[in-house]
Amino acid sequence: MNSLVVLVVDDEPGIRSGVSRILNNFTVSFPFMDADMGFNVIEVGTGEDAIEEIKNKHIDIVLLDNKLPGIQGTDVLEFINKNKPEIIVMMITSYASLELAVKATSQGAYDFIPKPFTPQELKSSLENVSKHLFLRGVTKKLKQEGKEIRYQFLSVLSHELKSPLNAIEGYLRIMQEKQAGSRIEDYEQMIDRSLQRVKGMRNLIMDLLDLTKIKFEKKTEKFQMLKLKEIAQYAIEAINPYAIQKDIHFSLREDDEVTINADPGDIEIIFNNLISNAVKYNKEGGVVDIELKNEKEKISIQIKDSGIGLNKDEITQLFNEFYRVKNEQTRHISGSGLGLPIVKRVVDLYHGDIHIESEPGIGSTFTVVLPK
Amino acid sequence: MEQNKKLVLIADDDSDYLFQMRMYIQGFGFDVITANSQKEAEYIIESTKPDLAIFDLMMEKDDSGFILCFKMKKKYPDVPIILATAVASETGFSFGLNTQDDKQWIKADLYLEKGIRKDQLHKEINKLLKI
Repeated sequence: MNSLVVLVVDDEPGIRSGVSRILNNFTVSFPFMDADMGFNVIEVGTGEDAIEEIKNKHIDIVLLDNKLPGIQGTDVLEFINKNKPEIIVMMITSYASLELAVKATSQGAYDFIPKPFTPQELKSSLENVSKHLFLRGVTKKLKQEGKEIRYQFLSVLSHELKSPLNAIEGYLRIMQEKQAGSRIEDYEQMIDRSLQRVKGMRNLIMDLLDLTKIKFEKKTEKFQMLKLKEIAQYAIEAINPYAIQKDIHFSLREDDEVTINADPGDIEIIFNNLISNAVKYNKEGGVVDIELKNEKEKISIQIKDSGIGLNKDEITQLFNEFYRVKNEQTRHISGSGLGLPIVKRVVDLYHGDIHIESEPGIGSTFTVVLPK
Repeated sequence: MEQNKKLVLIADDDSDYLFQMRMYIQGFGFDVITANSQKEAEYIIESTKPDLAIFDLMMEKDDSGFILCFKMKKKYPDVPIILATAVASETGFSFGLNTQDDKQWIKADLYLEKGIRKDQLHKEINKLLKI
């Protein structure tokens, strides 16, 4: 059970103990809440003591009498507004000073409870406040988890799309103004670079499409028994032209025939991305070892390269969208920064696991384990 | 070589952008020195004082440009800096040098979105160099 901390500030001991008694046995529950909410009550008799408590403890709600021996309730309210605006303040006030109570709400008090109040009145007021606090917490959480990520995703995406556009536009302007000469040959390198950037952008868009596809549920109607070795071979063939240029050799092993019942598109995404990374981030003349295994209820796919490797910091960020390892060795390797996040998403969809072992300068091993 | 030719340092991890900026700025009549990373730019400013610097925001790190601005102003407080980025203001992720608050933590003299026109860039550089 979650608890809210209530600070009662009143110079009448009777009111304080009354509030404690009522709230200590009281819980609030709403259909949308996972657990009931209870209350912990702290009692103080003066505004000065109240401020001490507010400074030093986590307080959710303050029940505040205005007429206090030293500083007044409105002074405490002002302190809270200035220093801990997240605290909800309820003014406790006699009917005679309703006007004051209304004024207090305009100064930032959430509500007021007229004195004397019945236990039921106190409870229903606290019920309202709890609901308010709970919803506020949910909104905050949503903002942190969902919206913030989306917002960051969009800003980085626009950066990734704008950079190649700017580069291409720049080259076109140079050509338009014939800044490097009057013959088309003078611009050969710029045209090559423009085409490279167009290609990079196309890959990014393809990866984005993959990413949006996986966001949906896995589609069991597309499921079929797949031979992993075949899918691995297709992925090797697809990257082979590039691998030949870098003189990279593959080995592909499996213990028995390793099969899985899955959507072929999903499994292709895993192999294509991991094998193409193993080639892209490899050294000239390097190797890529692929090993497929049956393990009791699971299958494992291990892809080991002899490439540049990753340090610990890089490993922790590897599955973040658009993250790319930036250093001298990766400068000329193009990529969208979406490949591994996509793989991770597919693996999660199948309730599988992916982990990385790596040593800078030696190579990396990516292991994907999927339930059969 | 002319003795009084001004030196512009450009740091950006996009080699195409670097190539084009070098071409433009040499065309304006300045000497150009380029760095393709925050690290390289830091290395250059150890020993070289440019007359103006243009830094990309996102290089090895998302805030490489900010860090370079800080280091640069610490070493050469009088050298004007342009911070350039392709981050779109449309997405809401924007910042400028419009408020006192921004100026306090972004140690650049001018903030530019990439894709700026050549003549406009020339004007801004001249303004900062008081030419």
